[in-house]
Amino acid sequence: MPGKKSRAGLHSATRRKLLIGMGVLPAAALLPRTVFAAPATSAVNTTGLAVTDSTVKVGILHSITGTMAISETGSVEAEKLAISQINAQGGVLGRKIEFIQEDGASDWPTFAEKSKKLLVEDKVAAVFGCWTSASRKAVLPVFEQYHGILYYPTFYEGLEESHDVFYEGQEATQQIIAGLNWITKTKGAKTFYLLGSDYIWPRTSNKIARKHIEDHLHLKVVGEDYFPLGNTEFNSVINKMKLRRPDVIYAIIVGGSNVAFYKQLKAAGVDMVNKQTLLTISVTEDEIRGIGGDNIVGAYAAMKYFQSIDTPTNHKFVAAFKKMWGPQSVIGDVTQAAYEGPWLWKLECEKAGSFDTEKVIAAAPGTVFNAPEGPVKVHENHHLWSHTRIGRARSDGQYDIVYVTPEPIEPNPFPKGYQ
Amino acid sequence: MIGGYSISDLASVLVMQGFSGLILFSVFVLMALGLAIIFGQMGVINMAHGEFMAVGSYMTYLCSRLFARYLPGLFAIHFFVAMIVAFIVAGAIGIATEWLLIRRLYARPLDTLLATWGLSLAMQQAFRSIFGAREVGVTLPQWLMGSFNLTSLIQVPINGLFVMGLTVLITAALFVLIFRSRWGRQVRAVTQNRVMSGAVGINTERIDRYTFGLGCGIAGIAGAAFTMIGSTSPTSGQLYIVDTFLVVVFGGAQSLIGTIASAFTISQSQSTLEFFLSGSMAKVLTLLTVVGILMLRPQGLFVLKVRR
Repeated sequence: MPGKKSRAGLHSATRRKLLIGMGVLPAAALLPRTVFAAPATSAVNTTGLAVTDSTVKVGILHSITGTMAISETGSVEAEKLAISQINAQGGVLGRKIEFIQEDGASDWPTFAEKSKKLLVEDKVAAVFGCWTSASRKAVLPVFEQYHGILYYPTFYEGLEESHDVFYEGQEATQQIIAGLNWITKTKGAKTFYLLGSDYIWPRTSNKIARKHIEDHLHLKVVGEDYFPLGNTEFNSVINKMKLRRPDVIYAIIVGGSNVAFYKQLKAAGVDMVNKQTLLTISVTEDEIRGIGGDNIVGAYAAMKYFQSIDTPTNHKFVAAFKKMWGPQSVIGDVTQAAYEGPWLWKLECEKAGSFDTEKVIAAAPGTVFNAPEGPVKVHENHHLWSHTRIGRARSDGQYDIVYVTPEPIEPNPFPKGYQ
Repeated sequence: MIGGYSISDLASVLVMQGFSGLILFSVFVLMALGLAIIFGQMGVINMAHGEFMAVGSYMTYLCSRLFARYLPGLFAIHFFVAMIVAFIVAGAIGIATEWLLIRRLYARPLDTLLATWGLSLAMQQAFRSIFGAREVGVTLPQWLMGSFNLTSLIQVPINGLFVMGLTVLITAALFVLIFRSRWGRQVRAVTQNRVMSGAVGINTERIDRYTFGLGCGIAGIAGAAFTMIGSTSPTSGQLYIVDTFLVVVFGGAQSLIGTIASAFTISQSQSTLEFFLSGSMAKVLTLLTVVGILMLRPQGLFVLKVRR
């Protein structure tokens, strides 16, 4: 175990290293970048995590196979980019980050099994992972039992506030409500048709959307339909929507089904540029790569981040991402949120001065990170303050940003009147 | 006015829904024909059938990239070229598979199941390694996109009409091949009585090989057609395999007419139910019906009389 040697006393390796480190300090003062000696492993790791004097292990747990691979591959790439950038700057608490990557395979029991392996066998200090709410719900008991930390990048339905999870994505009130308010105001919408894939996130999101539309906006929902993940036949529901003629189609189709849905929507002659308004909260630039920009041009999306955000921080981030993963890469909301994960964890560890999960969790609220989307702050409820943006899909696969909330929205995972 | 909708609205939606049902029917037939030949005529359970469809999809993707880059003027016809390429490549891989793998396992149907399952996993990983884990988008030629306005209210997707036409063509060609040609007669003879066919001088090994190749080739064409309506990814074959087996078994494994009848039944019931209930419930009810009918009539809808 890494901690044992350093408790030996006067002749311990750690003591020697500390003294040598202190001797370097005057030279360190002359360096343009401060190079601190790594704090003693016994000080930063009292719970037996995989921390050595020069490395710390973290876990990456996403689906790189199966129907969710289209969405989750970007998150893996972003997390690896963040880790390489942190390591280039000297790592966390003087230690380089080593990651262990596991494949959830779009199968929720596999997620639970792999997270247990990462926490119990590999003893990682933190896990960056999951995408669907189903995968998060599957791993939640594992993290709570073994006191791990999960950094969860996806926007989701809220109604959760686990002590062991940090939610980098927006929850429902930030994403859904702001989007519905904007589209009602701008398009004068009166009727909505709700669509979704058949699992917890679309169903809960549509429940929240329906409550908002009916009770708060006093408008009408004319239809609600769900399809299994991986479904490829949408012609019947497209015909239903042609009959009911909703002002807005509110689509929460997830993963590979998006490709079939938008292709068939276009083939059925639904014109999202001029006639039919469609608002989605589940299609980022990553999914458009598979759908094809021509098939989704004109659709609106409510996200906190779009690759086309015009700030220097974002331009630097996009350039670094393309340099590491190829010029054809695209960066969606979840990918950017996944990028925030390792950075937030680094800042929280340094604030806590330790890798111990309880200390990191206690130090987290109030941490601010200058993300590509703008500065984000960690809330006591482990979510992030962030702006919401509405974008309109272009035929080249990017979004034109048509609206940004003037202030960051406070996360509220348990909104009154929506349960 | 019925339920708040005008008669013309309802009528036009019914027509569009009828077309959707026919499009789904064509999709099922295309998927199932290849498997019906392999499973029905040869008794081989090919779990890799979906992956042969994926081969067709990827060949279409490569063709579209090639044409876009080197022959942009001819982009409109690339789809036809892609289908021919898909047929040839999938058929060739099928023949190779039969020669290397299947022919050693004819007497052991359960082992064929396992071996072809392993093959499907290997092929999925091959796609992942060659094309990447993410979906690839296939750009369609302009004439295939959009919909065709029968009237101002009734719109039929053009690619749906294309799939229907393709299915009719392939089914007709297959029927001519199996029931009117010399080779087809040999295939039917081998199905009905393998030993006797061998005794009268038919090269059963060669018939098996080319039948398997033909089944896989048809799967390739189906995969090419599916790039229009669905996604192309390493695991896209898995989306179709269950429905395909369902259609073939429900129709009666050895009867091609049975396959068509069962595809019609399942597709119509699914698309009609989807209109009135949600997608998941429609699937549940359709499957329950199939299970019920199979329990009463386990050999499927149409049975071929075979002397054993």
